[in-house]
Amino acid sequence: MNIYVCVKHVPDSAAKITIEGPNAINEKITFLINPYDEHAITEAARIKALKADTQVVAVCLGKAAAENSLRSAMAMGADRGILIETDKPADSILTARALAAAISADGEAWIIFTGKESIDSEGMQTQFRLAANLGWPVATNVVKLDVEEDAVTVECEREAGTIDVIRMATPGVLAAGKGLNTPNYPTFPDIVKSRKKPVEKISLAELDIEAPAAGMRIDSLEPALETRNPKRLSGSAVEIADRIVDILKNEAKVM
Amino acid sequence: MRPIGLLIELKNGQVKETNFGMATAVYAAGREIVALVVDAAVDTAKSSLEAHGVTRIIKVETGSNGWNPSRQAEAVVAAMETFAIDSLIGLTSPAGRELLPRIAAKLDAPLIMDCIAIDPEAHRVRTSQYSGKTIATITLNGNHFIYGLRPNAVPAVDHPVIAEIIGFEWAATPDDGYRVIDTRTDESSGQYLAEAEIIISGGRGMKSAERFSLLFDCARHLGAAVGASRVAVDNGWAPYAMQVGQTGVKVNPKVYIAVGISGSVQHFAGMKTAKTIIAINTDENAPIMANCDYYVVGDLFEILPELEKVLAKAVS
Repeated sequence: MNIYVCVKHVPDSAAKITIEGPNAINEKITFLINPYDEHAITEAARIKALKADTQVVAVCLGKAAAENSLRSAMAMGADRGILIETDKPADSILTARALAAAISADGEAWIIFTGKESIDSEGMQTQFRLAANLGWPVATNVVKLDVEEDAVTVECEREAGTIDVIRMATPGVLAAGKGLNTPNYPTFPDIVKSRKKPVEKISLAELDIEAPAAGMRIDSLEPALETRNPKRLSGSAVEIADRIVDILKNEAKVM
Repeated sequence: MRPIGLLIELKNGQVKETNFGMATAVYAAGREIVALVVDAAVDTAKSSLEAHGVTRIIKVETGSNGWNPSRQAEAVVAAMETFAIDSLIGLTSPAGRELLPRIAAKLDAPLIMDCIAIDPEAHRVRTSQYSGKTIATITLNGNHFIYGLRPNAVPAVDHPVIAEIIGFEWAATPDDGYRVIDTRTDESSGQYLAEAEIIISGGRGMKSAERFSLLFDCARHLGAAVGASRVAVDNGWAPYAMQVGQTGVKVNPKVYIAVGISGSVQHFAGMKTAKTIIAINTDENAPIMANCDYYVVGDLFEILPELEKVLAKAVS
């Protein structure tokens, strides 16, 4: 039985995003493995030891360059990788179908991990679609995991200060939240070793999945405008406090 | 024309304020607006929903007591089929993040979360991507359309009508392999950040966990939520649940007061849509000072106690 970890190759959150054409960005910027996926890989590597003959397989849908994020996943503990290659943008409906098909073709899954969302498209839904395609249960924003033979008990952070404790059958899908663990940031030897680990490349077309009837298409992208005009508040601490309360009352009208 | 469904959230028997913007967001489409209320009493919700253009309230009952997003999503899908609802709008709230993707996945329907504008006729939305650096216009295609509206993105407008209440009982499937066995709530964490109207957040400049009490003292008078920057969370001064930013909570308040926060790109990704940003920092060159509405160059340990006093007087 394998543990699969779905990872996404995304622009660095600090990168400058420039728009190219109507609905794409300039991709000559730093791309990294999606931060939540690092928690997913780390957790998969931790629980791998609990079951005999278990491999951690990282799976990614993306362009050829996405292999870099698979290498990161392997440096953090995945044993091998699968890259579903496509040059076209894929929405989460298509992505979830492709991931489900590639995983089903590869082997028997015990748990499929994802991150709770990606930091580029911020769709927050691929884990749910993946689970629905496979007919499995799914828990999201997992911050604690205990595994048993045929089930898991997970703690999911629903909101600030609210934790749901979920008992879920396996196989199932778990979407990692930030509180789950501290990522295994790779050492140099980990990175060297990861270069020798195998990555299987398949094209999206080869997977032969049924084309979805529904979808989401980006018509256009525009930069988010910064239009603030900062005004300095000065004076004594009391004067500043008075002025802030005046702004809250009379401008923002929240008091 | 098929009705548009709103997935309503209640708190202490009342409809949460942020819900009414959903009705306003779709009112112009001229379609019937139907509210779906799951496993909750609707009597006290009725008048406030009527005031915002809802003409039917469907009381969905899953037969389970307590929160179970898997079952609730199944029940909502069944109600959508029964009442011929093809478009459903919910909030990008804690419950919405669990329910809307489950509903969309069951229907294999398109879903866009965190919309700042929704055109239910063209099935077109606007939402931010790439940590708030771009705004995308996205068209949904399919037989059903699911939308997650960003809380406070659309101000509510009154459209008084009369609503009828209809019951809808849903028989649960025996076992879907998913059970909520417990929910733990830490009341001290206060108001949920993403829906807060006013947020006061602390960063590196707070210097310790104890000093966060200065923020809570001010917040109490304002009914504000308290947030934190990543630095403050990483230093253990505040729990992760309070983190505002790229990998924390994304917020959309009317006022965001950033105290001792320099304003990294990642922090802005979580709060840049705030209507008014007020920054307090000793460093005049901190990035947040150039990207806010009001800034104070000063010592927060002098200003916060004064602010607390003035607020106490203002609300008494």
